Amino acid sequence: MTTATTTPLSLKELSKKPEQLAGGHRLCAGCMHSVIVRQVLMAAEQPVLASCATGCLEVATSIHPYSAWRIPWIHSAFENAAATASGMEAMFVSLKKQGKLPADADYRFIAFGGDGGTYDIGLQSLSGALERGHRMLYVCCDNGAYMNTGIQRSSATPLGASTTTSPAGKVLPGKLQWRKDLARIVAAHNIPYVAQASPHNWLDLMKKVRKALAADGPSFINVLSTCHRGWRSKPSQAVAILRPAVDSCYWPLFEIEDGKLTITYKPKAKVPVTEWLKLQGRFAHLFKPAPNEAMLTAFQERVDFEWERLLRQESCGL
Amino acid sequence: MPKGKVAGLTGNEAMAEAMRQIAPDVVAAYPITPSTQVVENFSQFVADGKVPTNFVTTESEHSAMSACIGAAAAGGRVMTATSSAGLALMWEMLYVASGLRLPIVMATVNRALSAPLNIHGDHSDSMGARDSGWIQLYGENAQEAYDNALMAFGIAEDPAVRLPVMCCYDGFTISHAIERVELLADDAAKKFVGAYKPLLPMLDIKHPVTYGAVDLQDYYTEHKRQQVEGMAGARGAILREAERYAKLTGRSYGHFATHRLEDAEVGVLSLSSSAGTMREVIDELREQGIRAGGLKLRVFRPFPAAELAAALGHLKVLAVLDRADSFGAFGGPVFHEVRSALYDAPQRPRVVNYIYGLGGRDLSLEEGRQLLRRVKTIADTGKVDSQYDYLQVRA
Amino acid sequence: MAEKKKGWKELPLGGAIPGGGTSHAYVTGGWRTFRPVLDRKKCTNCMICWVFCPDSSVIFKDGKHQGFDLAHCKGCGICAEECPKKIQAITMVEETEFKNEGVCHAEG
Repeated sequence: MTTATTTPLSLKELSKKPEQLAGGHRLCAGCMHSVIVRQVLMAAEQPVLASCATGCLEVATSIHPYSAWRIPWIHSAFENAAATASGMEAMFVSLKKQGKLPADADYRFIAFGGDGGTYDIGLQSLSGALERGHRMLYVCCDNGAYMNTGIQRSSATPLGASTTTSPAGKVLPGKLQWRKDLARIVAAHNIPYVAQASPHNWLDLMKKVRKALAADGPSFINVLSTCHRGWRSKPSQAVAILRPAVDSCYWPLFEIEDGKLTITYKPKAKVPVTEWLKLQGRFAHLFKPAPNEAMLTAFQERVDFEWERLLRQESCGL
Repeated sequence: MPKGKVAGLTGNEAMAEAMRQIAPDVVAAYPITPSTQVVENFSQFVADGKVPTNFVTTESEHSAMSACIGAAAAGGRVMTATSSAGLALMWEMLYVASGLRLPIVMATVNRALSAPLNIHGDHSDSMGARDSGWIQLYGENAQEAYDNALMAFGIAEDPAVRLPVMCCYDGFTISHAIERVELLADDAAKKFVGAYKPLLPMLDIKHPVTYGAVDLQDYYTEHKRQQVEGMAGARGAILREAERYAKLTGRSYGHFATHRLEDAEVGVLSLSSSAGTMREVIDELREQGIRAGGLKLRVFRPFPAAELAAALGHLKVLAVLDRADSFGAFGGPVFHEVRSALYDAPQRPRVVNYIYGLGGRDLSLEEGRQLLRRVKTIADTGKVDSQYDYLQVRA
Repeated sequence: MAEKKKGWKELPLGGAIPGGGTSHAYVTGGWRTFRPVLDRKKCTNCMICWVFCPDSSVIFKDGKHQGFDLAHCKGCGICAEECPKKIQAITMVEETEFKNEGVCHAEG
């Protein structure tokens, strides 16, 4: 049903809305995935139907007969959250057009996937759905590896991270490749709204969700998510650890509205990326026994390069 | 009831006509030879405003079935079409569609699987999917393809069934050959198919439902047992829909159709287009005094084991024709099941298996004659030269 | 979780779970080794802990902190960590201190 008023993005007001993700799910203590889902669903003003790729989020929130979802929700496979959501959206459009749903039915469709299900195995499904123009939001909860199967590297895994399939060893310093720039790939589909966000900046994330759901077409938000198991960090710091990721500009917060890029948060002082890396055991081998200067320099230079490019892109009005 | 019409249509065109009359809420599909024409024709109906369907042109068959699943779970009628490698790419999702009990209907235009690459008709694709939890109906010709499609939703959506249905017919020989097809009048077809009653639709947002939850050791077995019951329910639903359809059209269907089988000594069992060839051969041999009979299997899933045992038990020798092999087994998939069905029959024939028609190789009348004479020799001598053999193969 | 599990004849088809949020009946509070304890005198009801709770376990009513849903709180400690440094209204206390009291069970 059409919502006449919009809930202000204040926590007090938002807390009056019904909680859409119940407790009792079995994500690890301190997992950021559920925090992201809560923030996304809190921001939504319309009824939401969601699809979810196979992964930690899906597995832990839907162990039969205990579903954490208070919205209609479907998981069908790993690589097809976008295609599944596009089918739901297509049915909604069809039934509404045929008068089989109320004319004022105003629902939104969100697909949730992890980085494995989005950057890797689900990329084709995502691309297809974006090209077809379904009005749906895809939220990638990017914790930088296949955490659900035991921390294997994905194409989102940061350079140098030690995972169970890119372990640091005597001759190899962890993952050798830079991560895939998914937001740019998605933006190349020329969809109305693309953004990158982090749940520690909840207001920024929720504003982006609002814009994404208002877009008349596909939208995409790539959200950095902490996995303390994979990152080898403290559960209690799951939110805190995201700040240096953003303040170092490893994970810039930006949005691309109808092709125009805006950086939504610029750190007052850009911190060295080591401030983020050193908090995580997956990068410990880059610091001990002696700092791996080559890797750390390469990492910092790439972060700087990407950030400068983003600034140039913004200043050119592109 | 308003009159229908008779038209010259290919199997694919007939299927597209059925889809136009059914007017599913969503069709999600991807092109692949030889099923492409189904969705080409259907997309023209969409473009011309003849159907209210939302047609989703996906980037792969995997996504086509995924979108069908999302759409069906949302709460409406859904169809698709595919063949061969396309069906193989859907594999994972076939199990999901049936496991989630979504009554999707798919035109499956049978074609060989690679490698080597071959685009022509055989049953390797759908036979490989025989354990995927889909009901499988095989049509002999364009008419049967059309008829099966119209009956499919009544079967799939039956509360005692709630399973997806494949309407299979042979690639090219049926999909691309023009035949005489009797079509129902549009409103008669629409009335026959009826309105859709969704079960737990996701679009009923006031009653949120979780689909596709993780099902561990404590529930998975129960849900699989439910699927067995759905298949069991399909046996009755298939016959009920056939009866309703016969009243409307005069064309009657069952789990299978027999031809001069009752007093036969030797028999041949096949699926789809080869059944017509074998009927011709049977009639010829009957004139020569050979008591031959035939059985055309329409429903492969659920497999009508008891009915087949009753219909075939009296034969001396039965030849089962398989248009797909099960490598490393001791015969093709149809052979296995038919022979197994006969095992507990009070009286049972010798059963032999011939693999034929792979990659679109035509089964000629002469090959049919040789085949039945070979079966007759087995009946006369009691000696089986080879229980499992390839026909039409060069040494 | 002592309730009798349904048989195949009673379960909704295909593993569907009608009704949202059934996980509320599943207790994850037992995972906890540390329990968040709120000092109401210090709390300014800024709700930061609420928005960052992974388990929807910080209870607010009319903008006022009502404590924690101990049936579901897994004791990750994010609330204590994120509570503004000048306030620090939440402390994580080892569960053994409570001798199992207050490990509530979820409502049905």
